[in-house]
Amino acid sequence: MMQAPSPQHRLYTPDHIDREIIRLTQQGLPLVREPYAAIAAQLNISTSQVIERLQAMTDCGIIRRSGIVPNHYKLGFTANGMSVWNIPDAHINEIGMMVGALEFVSHCYQRPRFLPEWPYNLFAMVHGRSKEEVRDKVTVIAGMLGENNCGHSVLFSTRILKKTGLRIV
Amino acid sequence: MNTLHSLDKKIINGLQGGFPLCEHPWEELSRQLDIPADEIIARIDRLMKDGYISRFGPMYNAEKLGGGLTLAAMKVPASRFDEITELVNAFDEVAHNYQRDHILNMWFVIATEKPEQINQVICKIEKQSGLLVYNMPKKEEYFLGLKFEV
Repeated sequence: MMQAPSPQHRLYTPDHIDREIIRLTQQGLPLVREPYAAIAAQLNISTSQVIERLQAMTDCGIIRRSGIVPNHYKLGFTANGMSVWNIPDAHINEIGMMVGALEFVSHCYQRPRFLPEWPYNLFAMVHGRSKEEVRDKVTVIAGMLGENNCGHSVLFSTRILKKTGLRIV
Repeated sequence: MNTLHSLDKKIINGLQGGFPLCEHPWEELSRQLDIPADEIIARIDRLMKDGYISRFGPMYNAEKLGGGLTLAAMKVPASRFDEITELVNAFDEVAHNYQRDHILNMWFVIATEKPEQINQVICKIEKQSGLLVYNMPKKEEYFLGLKFEV
């Protein structure tokens, strides 16, 4: 469900056991019947401790969510365009949440403008089965925004120059 | 994607929303999806091996752990594109780099252990390339979870 852009997350500083849990799960959970018990066994702590710590890290936003990440290329969404929008500052959060909620938008961020050459303050990654479909979806967004859209563009990637996984601990 | 079984689709759609955080998560999921637990596990295993699922588990927010993260862009003259690609990619802190069809034609993600290192990396790239780096860190995120209904 929709979540406020700046949730008042409880403050929580991960300790060394949390960091061990992160290290063991950042590449994914083991696909076994009792995944949390498997993590617990490796760290010599109880399953409920693992669950409590994962819950605490979820509550404070260290974990965004847990689940599966589908490979959108394999699922047929082979085209992606970075749509960028110039939205009045007064409406940016409201518009950002609306655009971020669209099922074909995977990442939606407010970023700084560089005037005059880069007037765009909202970035939304739009996925589709073709460039045409992406452009159609960008048109749908433009229609939704109406007069709150002070200009937009869509940047397609023409080449991947580097792609490495982010390791965080 | 047409070869996906309806149960696979149900699992992909159901699991983008979240994997239960409890002692017996598969049993809980089994009740939610009305699919036997062992069958869900077997199907996820197959979907991962076939590449339909790229990850299963918690997704961490690196910035909350004290790291720095930004999106940066450059206007690279066509004649220098390969040279600048090599220069930028040589930084371990540059995680992703894409060529895009715009006057700002190079877009890359910089991830560092500490937030203050972002500016150091940007300064080095500017100095070595003689080009301006447009630093566009996120100011707000509109993250809403479930995506890619299949």
